[in-house]
Amino acid sequence: MSVVLFFLAAIAAIVVWWLAGQRLTSRPWLEIGHLHDRRGPARIPPAKIGLGVFLAVVGALFSLSVSAYFMRMASSDWGALPLPGLLWFNTGILAAGSITLQWARAEAGRQHDEAARTGLLAALASGLAFLVGQLFAWRALSGAGYFLAENPANSFFYLLTGMHGLHILGGLIVLGRVTAHAAQAPIDSRTRLSIELCAIYWHFMLIVWVVLFALFAGWASGVIDFCRQLLT
Amino acid sequence: MVDVRSGIGEALPPPEVEDVELYHPHSWWTRYVFSQDAKIIAIQYGTTAIAIGMVALALSWLIRLQLGFPGTFELIDAERYYQFITMHGMIMVIYLLTALFLGGFGNYLIPLMVGARDMVFPYANMLSYWIYLLAVLVLAASFFTPGGPTGAGWTLYPPQAVLSGTPGGRDWGIIMMLSSLIIFIIGFTMGGLNYVVTVLQGRARGMTLMRLPLTVWGIFTATVMALLAFPALFVACVMMLFDRLLGTSFFMPAIVEMGEQLQHGGGSPILFQHLFWFFGHPEVYIVALPAFGIVSDLISTHARKNIFGYRMMVWAIVVIGGLSFIVWAHHMYVSGMNPYFGFFFATTTLIIAVPTAIKVYNWVLTLWRGNIHLTLPMLFALAFIVTFVNGGLTGLFLGNVVVDVPLSDTMFVVAHFHMVMGVAPIMVIFGAIYHWYPKITGRMLNEAMGQIHFWISFIGAYAIFFPMHYLGLIGVPRRYHELGEASFVSTSIAELNAFISVMALLVGAAQILFLFNLVWSLRHGREAGGNPWRATTLEWQTPETPPAHGNWGKELPVVYRWAYDYSVPGAPEDFIPQNQPTPGRLSHEAAS
Repeated sequence: MSVVLFFLAAIAAIVVWWLAGQRLTSRPWLEIGHLHDRRGPARIPPAKIGLGVFLAVVGALFSLSVSAYFMRMASSDWGALPLPGLLWFNTGILAAGSITLQWARAEAGRQHDEAARTGLLAALASGLAFLVGQLFAWRALSGAGYFLAENPANSFFYLLTGMHGLHILGGLIVLGRVTAHAAQAPIDSRTRLSIELCAIYWHFMLIVWVVLFALFAGWASGVIDFCRQLLT
Repeated sequence: MVDVRSGIGEALPPPEVEDVELYHPHSWWTRYVFSQDAKIIAIQYGTTAIAIGMVALALSWLIRLQLGFPGTFELIDAERYYQFITMHGMIMVIYLLTALFLGGFGNYLIPLMVGARDMVFPYANMLSYWIYLLAVLVLAASFFTPGGPTGAGWTLYPPQAVLSGTPGGRDWGIIMMLSSLIIFIIGFTMGGLNYVVTVLQGRARGMTLMRLPLTVWGIFTATVMALLAFPALFVACVMMLFDRLLGTSFFMPAIVEMGEQLQHGGGSPILFQHLFWFFGHPEVYIVALPAFGIVSDLISTHARKNIFGYRMMVWAIVVIGGLSFIVWAHHMYVSGMNPYFGFFFATTTLIIAVPTAIKVYNWVLTLWRGNIHLTLPMLFALAFIVTFVNGGLTGLFLGNVVVDVPLSDTMFVVAHFHMVMGVAPIMVIFGAIYHWYPKITGRMLNEAMGQIHFWISFIGAYAIFFPMHYLGLIGVPRRYHELGEASFVSTSIAELNAFISVMALLVGAAQILFLFNLVWSLRHGREAGGNPWRATTLEWQTPETPPAHGNWGKELPVVYRWAYDYSVPGAPEDFIPQNQPTPGRLSHEAAS
């Protein structure tokens, strides 16, 4: 459970940092009158905060799963699974989607509507390509005899890639709506915000994917062993 | 980040929050059924939670009938008994308490108390309710599936939960249960995002965090905790569904069932326990923190006195929220874990008693020399304090490994958690309903019926759960369908069990009176007016009662003071609303 505790410690650090700016030591019973409550230098739109909170929830979900992965890994029946090379390609595609969305966000900020639309479409295509690529990776694995229930390593692989894929799928639905919206009308501040949020979500899912990939490839356990040595 | 400007007459600072464009419903369906108004959603959440809660209440009757009069009722065989206790526990903890505190009170009170027109994402809020309803329906449907609902105990421990020896284990019961939980968590996440972001971004001008009523602090912190804790249950449910349906071995060790070797192997049931309790312990505080917050407001309002130690109360809420994430393994002392872990978790568990005790002292000090009005909300608040202290003290017993080991899985544990997270939060829910019903409906609940309801519930709850501690100390185990003949089971235990059962039937009946009161008073209750309790917080200052769509009429409220200006010396009245710049209403009107 140490992974999730590290994750929660990070969340707690953010919460403490935020609370530190909220005058928790003030004496509200003495302060009567106008209190000018600045919520950050430029007001952050609620949707962005909402996304931040949601990503914290998703982060908790994946760090719990990773915790479970490590705990289950300790048992003797664990047999590692050979990663199909296709996963490298998929990682590249997902990263490309992330970069394209970042580019679309910048173009939308510069009022280059056409370029932004192109970026959105490219990101949509790469997201779909990633999902298809993941399905091919599943097929390759099951074709080679690595079935879901065969071994806990396989079960975790399918479970975690499946969960990640579902999150990408959800993101694609939203991205599709944003793209359709952007195609119909000139890009206004709302659509610009939506593109930005999609970009943030994509970056986050890319990070999650890289962590999962490292986990499946076995690099993460090396890091964990190293940390354990430091601690003991 | 805040400037304090003392001058009342100074020009108002420019608004931080632009007034929002609300969704305006056009038909009866979008106004009352698929409503995006947090107040309607709150009532939907509340009625659904209470309705499924009544099922759980009926189940508790059946459980008690079996325990009090074993063998008398043929309907309640061992299988059904396990199904009843499982569903009773799960419904009460998740579908009633969590949903009612966060979905019900959270939805109703957060926008009104922080001075917002609605939640920030009304559409997601509406979806949240309908997904919750779906979860409840799936859960209720499991009663009608072949094999009935799951009987795995509310903790659903594998491997027994998915084996044929447990009711519903090889049938639909456990599948429906896990699916329902997964659906619930998805729905809750949508609502939870709303509650958090509304508190962060939807506050009215002048409503700093340190001016929030403690109710909002409690619900806010509990929501943050729930958002981080429910994923653990989600992961556990998904993995167990995989084990049950797809033959994986996340939790399932190699096992022989009915002389047949199952294909599972190597899985770790302890892993499930870690995941479950990583959710399960914060869940206790997810229920308790809103109760703490609400009870603070009830006590302050009905004792006409400012809350003692507001800052300390806020800090305590936050500290309890944080600490509750590192105590989960105290539910697993008997799982064979490393004794050093046990020591660590016992220590953190006992540390939580410190902020909790601070809160209790502050409630008592708020009452001290207050002008206590023994109204129904106050009675329930007092009942909460007493009950919570009782339940908390037995928590100190169980938090210690050496004391916990012999008491594990006895009725003592059942008595403890019913006191601390059953009776105590329910007392707050009742108090809160008596307190806010006038705002929700415009009418007061009937006082006489309320008094009967209170005294039967309060004394009855003690008649049920005090003797149960004693049963546990003698060694009566929990989750036993029938005690049978054991040398430690004397006839007096059977008599005590019968007494408890009679009391449980009586207390349950009193809740029916309460429901009747809720319905009766809609029509026949005394007209309440806008602010019957003469309270300071914003929800009592709405231009209309019940508040209309958009809550505040044309102008959003501006907040000038904290939520607890009761009995301020020199003020013409014994309360000053949060949106009132000067002590006297008249002078304010003259000035403007």
